[in-house]
Order: sequence, then structure tokens, then C-alpha cells
Amino acid sequence: MIETLQNLYLGFTVALSPPILLYAFVGCVVGTLVGVLPGVGPLAGISLLLPATFGLDATRAIVMLAGIYYGAMYGGSTTSILMRIPGEAASVMTCIDGYAMARKGRAGAALAIAAVGSYIAGTVSVIGLMVLAPPLAAFALRFGPPEYFTLLLLGLLVLAYMSGGSMLKALAMAALGLLLGMIGIDQMTGYFRFAYGVVELGDGIGVVPVAVGLFGLAEILATAGLETPPAVIKPRLRELLPSRQEWRDSAWPIGRGTVLGFLIGIIPGSAHIISSFVSYAVERRLSKRPEEFGHGAVAGVAGPESANNSATSGAFVPMLALGVPSGPIPAVMLAAMMVHGVSPGPLLIKQQPELFWGFIASMYVGNIVLLILNLPLVGVFVNLLRVPYPLLYPAILVFCILGVYAVNSSVVDVWIMLAMGALGYLLRKFSFETAPIVLGVVLAPMLEMSLRQSLAMSDGHYAIFLQRPIAATLLGVGVLLVLLSLRPLVTRTLDWRARLALAEKGES
Amino acid sequence: MLTTDRVAGVALALIALFVLVESRRLPLGTLQNPGPAYMPILLAVILGAAGIFISVFGGSAPTLDSVGWSEWRHAVAILVVCSFSALALERLGYRLTVACVLAFLVAVVERKPVVLAIVFAVGIAAGSFYLFDTLLRVPLPRGPFGL
Repeated sequence: MIETLQNLYLGFTVALSPPILLYAFVGCVVGTLVGVLPGVGPLAGISLLLPATFGLDATRAIVMLAGIYYGAMYGGSTTSILMRIPGEAASVMTCIDGYAMARKGRAGAALAIAAVGSYIAGTVSVIGLMVLAPPLAAFALRFGPPEYFTLLLLGLLVLAYMSGGSMLKALAMAALGLLLGMIGIDQMTGYFRFAYGVVELGDGIGVVPVAVGLFGLAEILATAGLETPPAVIKPRLRELLPSRQEWRDSAWPIGRGTVLGFLIGIIPGSAHIISSFVSYAVERRLSKRPEEFGHGAVAGVAGPESANNSATSGAFVPMLALGVPSGPIPAVMLAAMMVHGVSPGPLLIKQQPELFWGFIASMYVGNIVLLILNLPLVGVFVNLLRVPYPLLYPAILVFCILGVYAVNSSVVDVWIMLAMGALGYLLRKFSFETAPIVLGVVLAPMLEMSLRQSLAMSDGHYAIFLQRPIAATLLGVGVLLVLLSLRPLVTRTLDWRARLALAEKGES
Repeated sequence: MLTTDRVAGVALALIALFVLVESRRLPLGTLQNPGPAYMPILLAVILGAAGIFISVFGGSAPTLDSVGWSEWRHAVAILVVCSFSALALERLGYRLTVACVLAFLVAVVERKPVVLAIVFAVGIAAGSFYLFDTLLRVPLPRGPFGL
């Protein structure tokens, strides 16, 4: 413990030096802007700005890129709450209740809860990263292909079960997303699947064009022609204070979101996205008033926002401790570190303690910077959104195109975004949730690979999923969820999802 | 009666059918040793079944007529503009493409004054290019005359 504190002291001497502080601040500001601008999420933002760090030394570059990452996590909530457009994919769940709160005149409170929740989650999870990284990383190492397969399967079932309304529709959307994720080269055999000669599709469909299309472009398509376009709700500083009841209602969701996000963050996958989905689902499940979700429940903002920020730190655990990226964003960060001559892994802490502990300490500093940015200065960022909608949406559209194009310098991604935008628009009209599609696209390659690897390990015996304790437990939970969803058919009573659907019908 | 769920269910089933047909080109493998077509076929079967169920039990969903489509003209215009940008981005270059897209949307679709549209379009196109390409060194496509 004393050694940890000594190391942290070393880290703070690095992080509080003016140049590092400056780059952490710049990273946070740029990250917040990246998060605020719909379509330019953290992945695109980090990818866009990676070349801009080539002239910096390793510590400054990594501190700045990390600032962009968690700055985008913070900033993504702003457009979600004020415009129902997620700044980045992890803010999708915040759109639902954040925007509903804003329409009820509680935009300031929603922003404050999101910022405070993100701050608490960010700070606590950095402590987790610092103290628990080695044993947690060791636990994640025990996950083999069967455990991954059952975990991913469980993730999809949890998402479908927790979706309001029809579980069948959510499962159909997840299946559609998984099918989209099948496009590209089959990693085990090298076959091109559904690519139709388009070379760029060899690597599969990227999550960025899918998420931007389904959420950014679809939103623009649905709202641009409305006679009364979506008002950008303009919170005043004095409206930022949540009520006592709102603080009470968000305390536990923030706590749960922090723990959940950190734990999910360690597990490979798009943790910051998955964690916000799972957190939202858990909060709705635990709520005494699930019917309020979708209509401005403060827990629906506090939980997911805390979870996605916590997951950001969690995702750094395997990357820093093992040199294994846990998702696309840590993968880009890993590449950035390698560009700067840093090799993350167990030896990093010993060989470059200034970098490792300076990075950890800069995350504490960054969280404070972001809290300052997101509360009093939220009005400054919101000014971006006060431009009249007929001028704002064309500009957002351009940033969507720019952000999607810049990730791979490929117009194919722009076409994918276009197709996903049209699909998302129709699905919105037909009352289908599009979030499971994004999750499906992210999970598809991992799901398929882990299934086939599991079968290769067991000579084709499916019993491997029952013979390994962790996999069997995860599978058992999944079966339980399916049975729970069937219970209303047997008992002929209404479960919480049916009640929610009825409540929604009654309101519309 | 045509309801949203019935239409959507049929559409999902048709997508599943398309995937099943297209998957015939790929080796299926076996249950013990799945090939590249295994997972797509499995997912298509799930999607198809879900689509049929949604369609069959979708009689109580809102009718297709009750869904508001008032913004469809704007939606089509935006999709056309996006298609244009995908086609033009690497031919005309970033700045020209974006300027055309913005000018069209603001002046023609939104019917704002032409001068405002041109100033806005040129400003955003040049400003975003300067920020990303020049300052941040993110390579954006150039068109004729280096524009």
C-alpha cells in the first residue's frame, strides 16, 4: 500500500507538471467537443487526432489521447440529453431518459447528474485500476473461448430481456446486428462473406458507421423535416442543481454503475458501450417504478453515464497490465503507445514508472478538469447546439460524414452510414429498438470466433460449455433469463415489460 | 390489415431468406466443425423465425397509415445529399463536396437566403478542412486544382 502511494506521488509529480497538465486539459476539452459533436465519437476522435500527437513525447501524447477518450465519454451525454442525439455510441442509453428529463424541464439536473456520476465513477474506477489491476487482470485471463462465448451470449440475452416491449423484437434486432457483423473475411478460413467484391468490406463493417448511421443520421432524417424541429433545451446555470429527490434516486445507480462499468470494462469487448446498456437494464430491473424508464427516470441517466466512464478506466486494465486491448478504442490507444516507443505489458510499470503512474495520476486530474468543464461551462458547449436547427443539422451531417470517412479514409464507410441511417429511420418509425443492432455488430466476430474455437478445443463436443464452471454458470443465467421471459405466458400475468408496453401505449 | 409489425416482420423474414440464399455459396461445415456459412445460416434462421412470429402476432400493432411520414421529403433529400457526398468526396475533394452539400441543404431544402447559405457552406467547408487537415494533419481528399 505504501509503495502504491509512493508511486502515486511520483505520478502526481509528473501529472501536475505544467506541460502534462496542459496536454491533459487540451485532451479533455477536445474530448468533450468530440463527445458533444454527434457522429465524431471517441474512436473517430482518437483516430483523427492520433497523427496530431506524433510530435509529442510519449507521456504527453498518451495523457492527451486518454483525455480525449474520457472527455468524449463525458461530453457524449450533452447532446444525448439536450437533443436525443448520442455524441458517441455509449451515450445511446442516456438519450432515452436524459432527453425525456430535458423535455420535462430538468435538462440542467440531468446534465449535472451525468457529470457528477461520471466524475465519481471516473475517480473511483481509477482507484480500482490502480489497486485491483493485477488480480482482476489475472481473473480475466481465466476466460477461455467457452467462457467468452457464453458471456457474449448472456450479454445479448440480458439486453433482449431488459429491453422494454417485445423481447422477440429485440432478439430480432440483435440477430440482424450479428448478421451485419458476419460481413467480411471469415477469420478461420479466409472466405469472403457477403462482400460482393468490395475490398473494403473484407475487414467487416465498422461499428463507427453503423452507430453514426443508426443514431446520428437516422435522428437527422426523422427530425429535419418536422414543422417543429427538436428544440435544443437550454439549461441555465441555476437550473443545474438537481433536487434532493433526484440526488437520492441517483446515488445507488451511480454506485452500481461504477462497479458494473469497471468490471465490464476489464472484459474484452466494447466495454463502454456494453456497460451503459447493462447498467440501464439493471437499473430498470431494480427500480420500484420501471414504468418511469423512458419517461425521464433519473436513474436511467445516472447509471449508464457512471458505467461508461467507469468502463473507460476498466478497459485500461488489460491494456496496461497485459498489453492486450479490450476493444477498438484501447486498440487504438495501444497503437498510439507503440508509435511512441512504449510497449504496454507487465514490464511497463517497472521499466517506465513515470509514464504509468503519470498516466494514472493524470486521470485523477482529468476527472476534475472534466467536472469543471461539464458543470459551469456546459452553457459554452451547448452554445454549439443553439444554432438554428436548419443550419445545425447540415453541419452535424457534415461532421458525421467527416468522422465516418476519417476512421479508414474510405467512402465505403460513408455508404454504410447512409444505409444504416435509412434502416434506422424506418426502424424508428416501426417502433423497433436499434441499440441491439450496434451491440450485435460489435459482438459478432468475437461470438463466432469463440464458438468455433471452443468446438475446436473440445473436438466438436458442445458439452464443453457445461463442463467449465464459469461458462456453465453464465449459460445457466442465460437460460434463467429466457425462462423468466416466458413466465408471463405460463402464469398468464403481466410482467414488468408488458406493463411498460401498456403504459407506453396508454401515453401515446 | 397492414400493421407496422406485420410489414416489419415480413421484411425481416425476407432479409433472412436473402442471407440463406447467399450463404449457399459458402461451405457450411458440420455441427462439430462449423464452416463460414454456419453462423450466418443459424442467425438467418433465428431472424427469419423472429420475423414470422412478429408478423403473425403483429395484428394489434399500429396500422401503417397511422405512422406519420410528414418529413419524408426532407429525409429523401438528405439521403440523396449523403449519396452525392459519398460519390463526390474523392472526386471533387472534401471542400468542394461539403460546400455543395451544405449550400444545397441550406438554400434549397431549408429555403434560407442564398447569401447566408453560401457563407455558411464555404465557412464550414474551409474551417473544418483547416482544422482537421491542416492543423491536425488528418488527410482529407483534395479535388481539382488542389481544392
